[in-house]
Amino acid sequence: MSSIRKSVSKLFLATVGMFLFGFALVPIYDVFCEITGLNGKVTGPTFSEYEDIGNREIKITFTTTNNNGMPWFFDSDSSQMRVKTGEQNLMSYVFTNTTDKPMIAQAIPSVSPGKGAQYFHKTECFCFEQQYLEPGESISIPLKFVIDPDLPKDISSLALGYTLFDITKDQMSKQASN
Amino acid sequence: MSAVIEGHHDDHHHGPAKGITRWLYTTNHKDIGSLYLWFSFIMLFIGGAMAMVIRAELFEPGSQIVSPEFYNQMVTNHGLIMVFGVIMPAFVGLANWLIPMQIGAPDMALPRLNNLSFWILPAAFGVLLATFFMEGGAPNFGWTFYAPLSTEYAPPTVTYFIFAVHIMGASSIMGSINVITTILNMRAPGMTLMKMPLFVWSWLITAYLLIAVMPVLAGAVTMMLMDIHFGTSFFKAGGGGDPVLFQHIFWFFGHPEVYIMILPAFGIVSHIIETFSRKPIFGYDSMVYAIASIALLSFVVWAHHMFTVGMPIAGELFFMYSTMLIAIPTGVKVFNWLSTMFKGSLTFETPMLFAIAFVALFTIGGLSGLMLAIAPADFQYHDTYFVVAHFHYVLVPGALFSIIAAVYYWLPKWTGYMYDEFMGKTHFWLSFVSVNLTFFPMHFVGLAGMPRRIPDYAMQFADYNMIVSVGAFLFGLSQLLFLYVVLKAIFYGKKATGQVWEGAQGLEWTLESPPAYHTFETPPNLETGEAKS
Repeated sequence: MSSIRKSVSKLFLATVGMFLFGFALVPIYDVFCEITGLNGKVTGPTFSEYEDIGNREIKITFTTTNNNGMPWFFDSDSSQMRVKTGEQNLMSYVFTNTTDKPMIAQAIPSVSPGKGAQYFHKTECFCFEQQYLEPGESISIPLKFVIDPDLPKDISSLALGYTLFDITKDQMSKQASN
Repeated sequence: MSAVIEGHHDDHHHGPAKGITRWLYTTNHKDIGSLYLWFSFIMLFIGGAMAMVIRAELFEPGSQIVSPEFYNQMVTNHGLIMVFGVIMPAFVGLANWLIPMQIGAPDMALPRLNNLSFWILPAAFGVLLATFFMEGGAPNFGWTFYAPLSTEYAPPTVTYFIFAVHIMGASSIMGSINVITTILNMRAPGMTLMKMPLFVWSWLITAYLLIAVMPVLAGAVTMMLMDIHFGTSFFKAGGGGDPVLFQHIFWFFGHPEVYIMILPAFGIVSHIIETFSRKPIFGYDSMVYAIASIALLSFVVWAHHMFTVGMPIAGELFFMYSTMLIAIPTGVKVFNWLSTMFKGSLTFETPMLFAIAFVALFTIGGLSGLMLAIAPADFQYHDTYFVVAHFHYVLVPGALFSIIAAVYYWLPKWTGYMYDEFMGKTHFWLSFVSVNLTFFPMHFVGLAGMPRRIPDYAMQFADYNMIVSVGAFLFGLSQLLFLYVVLKAIFYGKKATGQVWEGAQGLEWTLESPPAYHTFETPPNLETGEAKS
């Protein structure tokens, strides 16, 4: 009967291992997205200077979307601009809390086409910060970015989309539990 | 003196206990097999009733019978019940009945675990079905429960759903551990791996697949639970998570899962075709290797379910080609079945009819699968009725027909009574016509753009949908006939012989019908084919 016991323990270990593997898929997926630019995921603020800045002109389109049920006003100063690779650029975004309650929001970026995401460097941005606004308060936040001169030749335009999420409930419950 | 004789009697002719406790406490593989099969039969009618509601709503365009909210609950629970409550338990039931008898073992390796893995299953489905009577209604996010539909926008009953999935997963994992342990350790002396019956082979590989992917599903629902109740952000975009990650994890489980629902069918059909062709299966070794390669490939094709989420072109190509590769081992199997029948002395009893229908109709489902695998074409087919037609062709005239065929084939062995051949054939022809009437026109409306999971449709799809609904009602009624045939065999059937079928080969046919409560307590001798029981 010890051979049965051996089989069972091996299979039980395999089960536990596969359960953990399910969770390991989360970081694996993040790394995979970063390498391939899957889903247009962009990394946090980075700063770099380029010696050879190239001389290409790239069209950048800015889109803003409110997630379902998010009442804020959220828009960029202009919807489109032409930039040169390797140069610093600036775009401002306006956030207005249109409700009569204080709220916390977070904007999540995505670059399209996904292949170009890793060449879109933000040097200063609000992308991973939570924004708190009083009722009726409005704020303008700048986004500074550089387009990497190594951007593949077949990409002549990039779109940067921001989706604004209402995370008031999550944050409030976190503070309450702290 | 009499005490000694009684003791002896208890040792060797120990029958089942009496009353309900026989079933509650049983550790006998035959009892547990019957429990699984009856459970899945009951669930077939519950899930089938939900399909009837869906088809009644879609009988005509416009909203008539149920609200869209309830329609969503029907679609979701129909899928969940048919996958986890009908096909999977039926295969586990067949495994319990057949594996010990086919490998010459006295019982499963872990009989008490076997009892537990069955009895938590009604609990799981009790929890799932109870959600219909709760505030917010039953789960309504589709059987694939994509986040954020199943997290941020889910009804409050989603927690019960998560709990139910955990229990079903635990049941499957325990069942699989049992199957693998039994097959690896308890084969009769002389039965090498490459001499095992194909049903045993197909289940061995299926059980490995289950152990590899059910824990991943458990992980996915655990992440959902944490997102909903504990403030994590695995799938919440607002917190830095990614809903697409859910789809990757789900389909990493989901694609092997769809093969879990078809591989045992391959084993069953192989046995039935060789019996009624009166020839051994053509290409036994290649059958085994084909099952193994399908199982291995199932781990690297998952993203073909999500071509449209936005993927690098290299990813689309990889998943497209790897998916198409599966057609090769599947083709090997189909041609082996045809070659087995070629120049065989064929007879067409009910199990054979279902098995031949399986080969033909499963191949249609496989071909539409190849069409769906073509990434650029999939952008048109995605989430249309074409997909619904495809997976119903592989699951209904595929997996379900194989289970029905298995019931007809082994019922005389299990019960000792023959079913009514005329009624069986009537059941087959009704099912065969109605299944095609139901699912074939779905290809046409799908290609024309009718979306799935929507309770209403555009006017131009009206005629086909009416045909589909009529077919579905007929198919539903035909399965009541199946229940009648089974009950009639059990209560009024003619006595069956031990061999049952003229061409039947394998250890289970060397036993009498019905087999004794405990069989193969001493292993059979494979050389002579004689069983000492």
